[in-house]
Amino acid sequence: MELRRTVKFEADRDPEFVRWISQTVGGEKIRHCLQCGLCSGTCPLSLYMDYTPRRLMLLSREGFKEEVLGSASIWLCTSCYACMVECPKEINITHVMYALKERAIAEGRYPKRFAIPVMAEQFSRMVRREGRITESWLILKVFLRTAIWRLLGMSSLGWKLFRTGRMGLGKERIAARKDIAVLLDSVATTRKELAL
Amino acid sequence: MKYAYYPGCSLKGTGRAYEESLLAMFRALDIELEEIRDWNCCGATTYMSVDELICYALAARNLALAAREHLDIIAPCAACYLVLNKTQRYIRDYPKIKLVVERALGQIGLTYSEAVRVRHPLEVLLNDVGLRAITERALRPLKGLKVAPYYGCQIVRPYATFDDQHNPTSMDRVLAACGAKIVHYPLKTRCCGGSQKGTLPEIGLDLIRYLLSEAKKNGAEVIATVCPLCQFNLECFQRECGNGQPISMPILYFSQLVAWAMGAPARTIGIQRGLVPVESLLAEREIAYA
Amino acid sequence: MPEIRSSGNGSGRAPRRVGVYVCHCGTNIAGTVDVRSVAEYAATLPGVAVSREYKYMCSDPGQALIQQDIRDNNLECIVVASCSPLLHEPTFRRVLARSGINAFLLQMVNVREHVSWVHLDKKAATEKAKDLVRAAVRRVSLHKPLQKRRVPINPNVLVVGGGIAGIHAALTLADAGKQVYLVEREPTIGGHMAMFDKTFPTLDCAACILTPKMTAAGSHKNIRLWTYSEVAQVEGYVGNYKVKVRHKPRYVIDDLCIGCQECIAACVYKEGKTADEFNLGLSKRKPVYLPFPQAVPQKVVIDPEACIEFKSGKCKKTCVEACGERKAIDFHQKETMEEIEVGTIVLATGFRTFDAARNPYYGYGKYGNVYTSLEVERLINASGPTNGEIVLRDGSRPKAVGIIHCVGSRDANTNRWCSKVCCMYSLKLAHLIKERTGAEVYNFYIDMRTPGKGYEEFYDRLLDEGVHFIRGRVAEVSDWAIHPSEEGRLVIRAEDTLAGFVRRVPVDMVILSVGLEPQADAQEVRRMFNISCATEGWFLERHPKLAPVSTFTEGVYIAGACQGPKDIPDCVAQAGAAAAEALALIDAQFVELEPYTAYVLEEECSGCKSCLTACPYQAISFQHEKKKAVINEVLCKGCGTCVAGCPSGCIQQNFFEDQEIFEEIEGVLADA
Repeated sequence: MELRRTVKFEADRDPEFVRWISQTVGGEKIRHCLQCGLCSGTCPLSLYMDYTPRRLMLLSREGFKEEVLGSASIWLCTSCYACMVECPKEINITHVMYALKERAIAEGRYPKRFAIPVMAEQFSRMVRREGRITESWLILKVFLRTAIWRLLGMSSLGWKLFRTGRMGLGKERIAARKDIAVLLDSVATTRKELAL
Repeated sequence: MKYAYYPGCSLKGTGRAYEESLLAMFRALDIELEEIRDWNCCGATTYMSVDELICYALAARNLALAAREHLDIIAPCAACYLVLNKTQRYIRDYPKIKLVVERALGQIGLTYSEAVRVRHPLEVLLNDVGLRAITERALRPLKGLKVAPYYGCQIVRPYATFDDQHNPTSMDRVLAACGAKIVHYPLKTRCCGGSQKGTLPEIGLDLIRYLLSEAKKNGAEVIATVCPLCQFNLECFQRECGNGQPISMPILYFSQLVAWAMGAPARTIGIQRGLVPVESLLAEREIAYA
Repeated sequence: MPEIRSSGNGSGRAPRRVGVYVCHCGTNIAGTVDVRSVAEYAATLPGVAVSREYKYMCSDPGQALIQQDIRDNNLECIVVASCSPLLHEPTFRRVLARSGINAFLLQMVNVREHVSWVHLDKKAATEKAKDLVRAAVRRVSLHKPLQKRRVPINPNVLVVGGGIAGIHAALTLADAGKQVYLVEREPTIGGHMAMFDKTFPTLDCAACILTPKMTAAGSHKNIRLWTYSEVAQVEGYVGNYKVKVRHKPRYVIDDLCIGCQECIAACVYKEGKTADEFNLGLSKRKPVYLPFPQAVPQKVVIDPEACIEFKSGKCKKTCVEACGERKAIDFHQKETMEEIEVGTIVLATGFRTFDAARNPYYGYGKYGNVYTSLEVERLINASGPTNGEIVLRDGSRPKAVGIIHCVGSRDANTNRWCSKVCCMYSLKLAHLIKERTGAEVYNFYIDMRTPGKGYEEFYDRLLDEGVHFIRGRVAEVSDWAIHPSEEGRLVIRAEDTLAGFVRRVPVDMVILSVGLEPQADAQEVRRMFNISCATEGWFLERHPKLAPVSTFTEGVYIAGACQGPKDIPDCVAQAGAAAAEALALIDAQFVELEPYTAYVLEEECSGCKSCLTACPYQAISFQHEKKKAVINEVLCKGCGTCVAGCPSGCIQQNFFEDQEIFEEIEGVLADA
């Protein structure tokens, strides 16, 4: 029987986190949350979450950064927007989840070889380089970096998709690749300027 | 009638049948689709997790390209449809985002225009073509084929641009106009899990399993979809979903069904690209499978 | 730079003797304004005979001070620099009246809300106060002595709406000896309360406590009960309203029908085919019907949309036959208009329930066994569509029932407010269902709002009875089953926020606790009676705390749920309050009107009629013989629109004469 003492002191709260959350696009109304639980009830993934969306909103606005960024919930969210549509206080929950994901990736807070941030990174690299995504290459790169053995399990599916012409090895790329790089660099510069 | 066409990355890969059938369908309706030249990836949900601002800039490039042609854009892929719409709204509502995007576009010689309309093929069918015209052109009606219409998330949430958010019926009506019988499907807007099947397989499978078994329980012979990722998820893991009772449910794009009803030959609408055989279903209806 | 006139007024005559009083208001004013220096400055102004500062001018000693000064110094007019005139202008006017001076020879200067409460710079604030006092001193010299006007009050009262609030107001007024017209648009009075089975928290039978009041209202000698009637037009002003009432045809002669209902039994329709409105469409009625057994008046109604005689003219008319000697049925009856004169009006038009179809994820209209709370009240009621049996659409008994709170309330997507009564009635329904069917009952709530007398104790009782309480706003109601126990049932999915996980509860019947909304025609009604609605659409009271039953239109009162969601005790309390306030007005026998009215200088009026349309209170009429505009002093509210708008400049306003205003402006700018 494992006994653990759990009490939270005000010093455990992170005021910077609170400030940051309320300034995200979508987090403006987070203080209005009455913890009604509709978001968790309607979320198709809440069944698997350690902290349901409702709890995550509360923990976020109170500044319990460790719990929030360490939770599995932010990775489970598929951004289906079901929560946001129903929320009686019009809180943009999906966007808060996006912001938390971004922050967790930026701070490196995820398990090693975790597929989701690896996928995000490979995706963005491919877009920057080629301008478009080639699904076959993307999946290959992600699995190689995370769970090579699963590739074998997927091989029969892969073969079927190849056979039916849905997955080839030819790379999709656009002519104006340089433009994409310029575009992305401009965003980075302006963002720094405006401290966004 | 002519529209700009934004396929998105999936329609060139796993969603090839969607593109083929979409073009065939619009051809049969005398509508011309012009693919936006040198379009780039919109960023989809993945990029949103990394960097929303960049995503808006990427999407805006496509909007700016289409603006030059002064045409409405048809974006069949549900994720692309949402990203493009969302980009327009956020640029309109948040001046900072507008500033970043306009500057970035300016660097590559493009201007952002609010005037471009991003439209979904279902909405074009309902409003620009009309159900009556569809029924008239359905020379090879679907003869009561039982279809479960699966909309997924992104074309109804968060913006209900052309259909009811909780009980959308645009696809129901279009397919019914082609002779299909729409079955009761309470999960028509429930998330399929998106890319979770790849990243968190057990959970992803659970979500897919519910969708398949409920469709089967309600007597569906086919599930019709609007999104390449939904189609992939529902089609490719049916064996794993089995649970003893094997499910063998063809998952078709709605455009495949409509184009079929308008007499397009099967090969031209990607029927052969599906992993679950559908020939017998079609043959049952005494329709020659060409 | 304007010329500074040393005499202090533009009239050329010597200024009156003015007393200036500057109030500290504790630290409210004195904390920012240097009150002493303002008083000292005022003493230097022309015409000022006395200038004082005091801690609280409005207090008894403060008022006495003014009175004393008036006596000792022959003061002719007074300036008080203090808070907003809204608060104490009447107080100081009474002081003047007591001292034998006309009450309108007073000018208030607001140095609190306009100076000390809005400025931080003390020096600037004090200068501003001095400027304002100077302006007032110059103005007050020009004030004309005015008299409040008295208007007689017609003692008759119109009560609109025959629900519990309207009935109670009507009875109270009638008992006080006043003639009351009670107008109700349904064929019977009773309102929503008549539809309930039991009332919380006592579980009194609604009909048992309501019907005695209904019959009293129906038979009181001072109440003219007009059901199936609506107000068509209202004209006039407080004490003198002319109201046109439209009587809809029942096709039954009121005086002859005794409510025996033989006609209903004899109707050619063997079974009802029209949706019964009282049972919310859960049962059907015939074209000739009585809304419910205890209807008051006990007179049947014929529905021309359903009756064959109206549609084809070829009915056997077995109803007429059954009525026999009485001959009470008259198919040729027409709508009539009647005009009445009343002095006061009480609006008690009630509420409507939220349309549950607006929340599609709860499945109302999609799944047959999803009901609204009001529909379930009818099911539970013994004279309802199922004779009091709580059954599903197929007639079987439910084994599990889910009650969903806050449907259409506390939701930015539908209505933001809390509808106040739903937690209590949900508890009531939970109790009744458990008692009658023994089913498992689940209440899904966000907060349990039980603030009234005996309400929390009622909640305790429910907790004791084994009803399941799950705190979580329900996400959806669906027939999608995951677990075998869910097959063929409706599944409610919600997060149990207190336990911390999502739950799926299979039930047979879902009850949506719908919120309260303003009536669909609230805007039309309020326009007809010239009152306002608040942003959400409820009728607007004069003050949310201190004047909940009066409106900004004198003589029109509101009572009950039309003012906002509330339970029956509060409706009755408000109805009594409205009746009392109406009685206060009536028993005073006349009403005093502020004399700030506008008047037309007849000789200068060019007859252009621009003022007629400008007036928001329809107080101006045109005298065709003389071709001059005439202002009804009683209707005029003194808004000044016509005064400013008249192209000939021939409309003036008492207390805001042009000269008075110019003096004030010059006074403010004198040091500029």
